[in-house]
Amino acid sequence: MNNTKAAGQTRREKYEQHQRRRSMLIAAASTILVLAALVIFVPMAPGWEKVQKSFFNAAVLTKTFPKLLDAFVVNVMIFAWSAPAIAILGLFIALARNAKSPALFPLRIFGATFTDVFRGVPVILTVYLIGFGIPGLGLPRPWNSPFIWGSLALVLTYSAYVAEIFRSGIDSVHPSQRSAALSLGLTELQVLRDVVLPQAVRNVVPSQMNMLIALQKDVSLLSFIGPVEIFRQAGVFKSLFANFTPYVGAAIIFLIVTIPATRYADYLMARQMRERR
Amino acid sequence: MVKLISIAAASFAFMATTSLAGGHCAADKTLTEGKFTIATGNPAYYPWVMDDAPESGQGFEAAVAYAVANEMGFVAADVVWVRSSFDEAIQPGVKNFDVNMQQYSITAERDQVVDFSVPYYTAPMAVLVGAGATDTAATLEALKGLKWGAVGSTTAVQKIANTVKPTNDPLLYGDNADVNAAISANQIDAAMFDLPTALFLSAVMIEGSKVIGQFPSAESDNADQFGMLMEEGNSLKACVDEALTAITENGVLASIEAKWLQNTTGVPLIK
Amino acid sequence: MPKLKLNNVVKRFGENTVCSGVNLVVDQGQMVCLIGASGAGKSTLLRCINLLEPIEDGEIFIDGEDISIPGRNPQDVRARIGMVFQNFNLFPHMTALENAMLAPRRVRKLSKSQLQPEIENLFERFELADRMHNYPDQLSGGQQQRVAIVRALAMKPEVMLFDEITSALDPQLVGEVLDVLLQLKNQGMTMVLATHEMQFARQAADKVCFLKNGKIIEEGPPDQIFEAPKQVETQNFLARALK
Repeated sequence: MNNTKAAGQTRREKYEQHQRRRSMLIAAASTILVLAALVIFVPMAPGWEKVQKSFFNAAVLTKTFPKLLDAFVVNVMIFAWSAPAIAILGLFIALARNAKSPALFPLRIFGATFTDVFRGVPVILTVYLIGFGIPGLGLPRPWNSPFIWGSLALVLTYSAYVAEIFRSGIDSVHPSQRSAALSLGLTELQVLRDVVLPQAVRNVVPSQMNMLIALQKDVSLLSFIGPVEIFRQAGVFKSLFANFTPYVGAAIIFLIVTIPATRYADYLMARQMRERR
Repeated sequence: MVKLISIAAASFAFMATTSLAGGHCAADKTLTEGKFTIATGNPAYYPWVMDDAPESGQGFEAAVAYAVANEMGFVAADVVWVRSSFDEAIQPGVKNFDVNMQQYSITAERDQVVDFSVPYYTAPMAVLVGAGATDTAATLEALKGLKWGAVGSTTAVQKIANTVKPTNDPLLYGDNADVNAAISANQIDAAMFDLPTALFLSAVMIEGSKVIGQFPSAESDNADQFGMLMEEGNSLKACVDEALTAITENGVLASIEAKWLQNTTGVPLIK
Repeated sequence: MPKLKLNNVVKRFGENTVCSGVNLVVDQGQMVCLIGASGAGKSTLLRCINLLEPIEDGEIFIDGEDISIPGRNPQDVRARIGMVFQNFNLFPHMTALENAMLAPRRVRKLSKSQLQPEIENLFERFELADRMHNYPDQLSGGQQQRVAIVRALAMKPEVMLFDEITSALDPQLVGEVLDVLLQLKNQGMTMVLATHEMQFARQAADKVCFLKNGKIIEEGPPDQIFEAPKQVETQNFLARALK
């Protein structure tokens, strides 16, 4: 009576299979149309040949790609030492802003000012002001390196955003968790460290991933104060060859790194949404 | 009869002047008929343009521009100045200038994508050092050990890499102002500019700095030749070249150079 | 000397007086059930006893010691009083065993290897041995609540407070939790329960207190309260509650 899996399909299965086939056909047809339009009509534009030579020049791309990859290593290095610093400083600022004891009031003010300032000023300005301004005070080498102060500018800026995300994570842990932990005799510090923070951090990992992805790209801002990372290197090539293809090459390299990262972040978000339900 | 002759003479004279105005060569070849549009940098620096005001005709490139325009048959009032960046100069699409004049070095690679006029100036490359390195010897040996910087979009980058071959990787910047900031902050010891620019920066912009040497211009890849940049295949090129050749041969170019760039002597040659 | 004594305890939240002069005595080994409508102040009273909420006025004594002196560090008192909550409040990022071991490790400063046998024993006693390494989201409501009780017991408390611990459970899971409560009572634990389980209170409690508007209107042995309540409010409440 109930099990129709043996032979033939139920009428609903038939219907859904028909619908699926139909949507796939429509999707395939429209994709082919769009691609055809791009491939056929775009080159018909009068300026296409020039644009292709200027932006999508295979010869220039092959010539410049290896050195662009080398320059990208600089981006990776800057990212590698900045990201952990941002995580640590961000957590510290979040805790500072949440400090409840009256003795720690100056810390609260400091935290609030910090996040206001560094979220309020455009990153590029911070990079310039700190990257040139502080070394300009007369520091000896190597302490005046733009790598140090430019990275610091990135760290200060991103910590402000990361701190706010951590704070929202801490707030998202239900107060009953704190009640339960306190009623077991744990101190406030132990409650924070063993119960609240582990949950808070887990809660905000997807949002923090988005910050990481943004950081990967903002590392290029250090190119303005000296370091020869991929954006600057692409610019050197642009000037040398009077051609914009190196920028396209740089974009490709960025995408190779950021697309997997973005997919992973999306996956984490989706998983978290599912768990919440 | 006299009336007829005078009318004829007047109209003949009128036709002669109108045919000269707008240039016989440049007719139908400029962006705007009857006008010669020149692009320069934003801002335009001394000694190429004085006070960022190219319309004044003051400054080496401003003066050369008006001389070339005049040779092509444009009066001063027909010269229009616009500002543009290097990117705008090389990107595909309609340009907003006839020629672009901003100390652009003529290179073979660039020539494949844009057109250059014949050179209007040969600029030796010079080394500018900050206050902490002013006693560096003018030898390649000594220069190797310095921390170098340059504007990323200039040919100085390649010169440093190929001629100086420094032991430390150079830092690169977006414009002269940032290089100045880096020298002042002692993040770099030395930077390479064309000689007139180097002298200007040293005298006015960076305290305690000094131009310690210039590369002998006899060696072909040590001196930059500046040319006016044009869209590839621009038919105006022939006219511009003709005009530039004319003012080179009749000494006008040399006197402009003597007027605006005379203090380029006295800088030692690098061995 | 009573184990727990509340003297005229007053608790306010802003303009709202939630407990208005509560007097309560709990002897060692007694089970006292607090009954009353929602909002009568039962939960708040319990949270005052283990100093989760500071009281406005009055005193709270444990073994004759005033634990409610303003500014006194509440931590050591809380270690001696165990509390179990309506919504279990287990730590989701830890297994049942880790939940139970956290406080003893931190507060009693014992190492994992010293502590583990003792805690595992506790789990066995309450028939949760096979669930020790599960995370809270892998346990049923009844199991979670029993783990919460074990977690509180791991600190070897002298008094246990229970804040409507069966109210969030499916009816068929309530029984296993009430059995644990009986087990604890038989082992001599001093217990104060806020509860809606009237049957259970009737059978197991030594004393029942009826609260309304932050005051104990009537208290006495279960027979008296449930069979022959003296106050009108008690009668009205029971008439609705026992329907």
